[in-house]
Amino acid sequence: MSDQLLSPDHPSVVFACRGVQVYVKDGDTEKQIVRGVDLTVRRGEKHALMGPNGSGKSTLAAALMGHPSYRVEGDIWLNGERVDALEPHMRARRGMFLSFQYPVAVPGVTVANFLRASLAARRGTEIPVRAFRQELNAAFATMSIDPSFITRYLNDGFSGGEKKKLEILQMLLLKPAFSLLDETDSGLDIDALKIVSDGINLASGPDNGLLLVTHYQRILNHVQPDVVHVFMNGHLVRTGGMELVTALEERGYDWLAEEAAIPEGSRA
Amino acid sequence: MNRDDEMSGTANAVAANAVADARAARSAELTSLNDDYTAKYGFHDPEDYFLKAPKGLNHEVVEMISRKKNEPDWMRAVRHAALDTFRAKPMPRWGDTEGLNGIDFENIHYYIKPQGEQASDWNDVPEQIKKTFDRLGIPEAERKFLAGVTAQYESEVVYHSIREDLTKLGVIFMDMDSALREHPEIVRKWFGKIIPTNDNKFSALNTAVWSGGSFIYVPKGVKVDIPLQAYFRINAENMGQFERTLIIADEDSSVHYIEGCTAPTYSSDSLHSAVVELVAMDRAHIRYTTIQNWSTNVYNLVTKRAHAHTDAVVEWVDGNLGSKLTMKYPAIVLLGERAHGEVLSIAFAGNGQHQDAGAKMTHAAPNTTSRIVSKSISKGKGRSSYRGLVKVNRGAHGCKTSVECDALLIGEHAVSDTYPTMDVAESDVRVEHEARVSKVGEEQLFYLQSRGLDPDKARLMIVNGFIEPFVKELPMEYAVELNRLIELEMEGSVG
Ligand SMILES: Nc1ncnc2c1ncn2[C@@H]1O[C@H](COP(=O)(O)OP(=O)(O)O)[C@@H](O)[C@H]1O
Ligand SMILES: [Mg+2]
Repeated sequence: MSDQLLSPDHPSVVFACRGVQVYVKDGDTEKQIVRGVDLTVRRGEKHALMGPNGSGKSTLAAALMGHPSYRVEGDIWLNGERVDALEPHMRARRGMFLSFQYPVAVPGVTVANFLRASLAARRGTEIPVRAFRQELNAAFATMSIDPSFITRYLNDGFSGGEKKKLEILQMLLLKPAFSLLDETDSGLDIDALKIVSDGINLASGPDNGLLLVTHYQRILNHVQPDVVHVFMNGHLVRTGGMELVTALEERGYDWLAEEAAIPEGSRA
Repeated sequence: MNRDDEMSGTANAVAANAVADARAARSAELTSLNDDYTAKYGFHDPEDYFLKAPKGLNHEVVEMISRKKNEPDWMRAVRHAALDTFRAKPMPRWGDTEGLNGIDFENIHYYIKPQGEQASDWNDVPEQIKKTFDRLGIPEAERKFLAGVTAQYESEVVYHSIREDLTKLGVIFMDMDSALREHPEIVRKWFGKIIPTNDNKFSALNTAVWSGGSFIYVPKGVKVDIPLQAYFRINAENMGQFERTLIIADEDSSVHYIEGCTAPTYSSDSLHSAVVELVAMDRAHIRYTTIQNWSTNVYNLVTKRAHAHTDAVVEWVDGNLGSKLTMKYPAIVLLGERAHGEVLSIAFAGNGQHQDAGAKMTHAAPNTTSRIVSKSISKGKGRSSYRGLVKVNRGAHGCKTSVECDALLIGEHAVSDTYPTMDVAESDVRVEHEARVSKVGEEQLFYLQSRGLDPDKARLMIVNGFIEPFVKELPMEYAVELNRLIELEMEGSVG
């Protein structure tokens, strides 16, 4: 179990946030989506974040990565260092990673050129062609992606499953310290789910951490979380272990909403 | 390595990476050149001319140009008549007429002849001019991948060469002035036949004061397998460059011609107004590629038109960067049955620039086909317009045409507009038209940024991706160069 009292810059903590609130523009005013979230992820830990559709999970993940269209309050630490004032690419270079629920296409940009540029940015040095190619081929094999995708345009015309596999392939290459995985399991068939889960497990080690956002139990049977959070109405309403996942599968979210005294209209 | 490798290789990321490497190497080189147009192209040489016409346009200037060139009487007469036509004609109404009104025709030098005679050995080019073209990478390019080169400095071609084997096959590639002397019968037969003097005000202007430009004749059945190139350089302030190009590809022949253009950065305006005429005889194939990168004080007003006869193919590949105002609508008249025409263009409009570009396609015979692909990028307060005309004449049955316009906007103030005109006189014609405007999306930027790319690099990557369908049509060296130019344009604030 994660210890929320552990100092966010403690050496055993890879990622932490305190009092995170996220606002989006809503016409001339603002709408609050996330209402105060504290998280502490220790090295080697896998956390799951579950919650109803529209509750703000993607918003939280994108805001933690620094998405420019959100106003974010609160403090964020990565490896003991505050990163909340940093632009997304600086967070990425320090080892944060976001696997997108809906990765966008960038027509005309080949997967190879994109990956090479990302890798150079993350490592702070250009990667020689030969070494890059070897690394790439290995990663494509691991993720069972056809090598022809190397010269295709980024996410352009990819199926949902192909996009998700490419996201985890990037996780493998970039070796992040902390990964936010937003519904990486959605839209995958059994085989793809297995490949993606294996990829996530392969990318996880004793030094890094992850937060896996999902609706379903099935990926959690492959990627065993150490900690499970339930997110509703902008709050983490409950934190526990795998037993919480089972309870949610059986009983849905309503009982938690009642316990947390969330009014019926705001349970999304 | 050619460009196809990059696109079609399967597991072969090497080609893609080699391109990336070449680009990286070029941009490293670029950094040392101070990272902007002024340093790379915007420099100017001290003025040392054999002859510089005083500013202004009149019959004396026209007479002087023609006498200096020792032209035959018929050409001198054509010039004088053209000047009268120029004066009588109003500004074109097709295009940015308002922008054209900024031109001060009396503040332009219409003819400047540099020192020295035309050289066919690089060592014989005057030192200063040689240095200029060296700096622009011209002789190097020739050694690497060209079948022939001409280099025009101000009004005259200062260097010219062509591979000997091509000369033996009867291919003629020289500047237009030399062609008028050495092949008067061909020039007289075709000069002004595709674009008559009175086509528009600027074709009349060019006809009155033309100088330099390329002349190419490819005999029947001869395929010129690697490109012929011309490079145009304006050096003096308030210069008018009026080159005249004529390409004739005889039956069953093929040729690829490339032109590149630059000028120094001055605070007052220069004028570039070319006329380019192409004739593709039966089953001939002409590809005409332009990459121009004028400084932002140049008005660039070019008339380009091709005739495509039976089963001929004509392609205009047109990249427009820089200039203050560009108005250019490469045209193809599909005269013979089953002729095919293509115009593939990109335009990049930065702050204060207007790229008004497009295409004109006339289907004058049955079963002719055409395709227009226009991509534009507007950045800062730049404006780019697509202006196009597709015309299907009566009797031109069974034609197919497609028009595709893509505009990419960078920043809040960038502008793009499209003026497509379709004039179709037959009913059994397939017409496809598609227009899209997109912004460099926040989501694309965020995606690339979340992978560690800084916003400038991310934006550049998106823009390069956007023009990739154009870039892959270019020879490798030009592709690298164009990516580098785009990189220059993308630098600095988004405004
Ligand atoms: N940029 C935005 N502007 C306006 N509303 C937004 C924006 N981003 C998210 N929202 C809203 O926030 C809520 C949460 O969305 P989301 O984070 O996608 O939920 P989840 O991922 O949990 O399904 C939704 O009501 C959504 O419409
Ligand atoms: Mg979501």
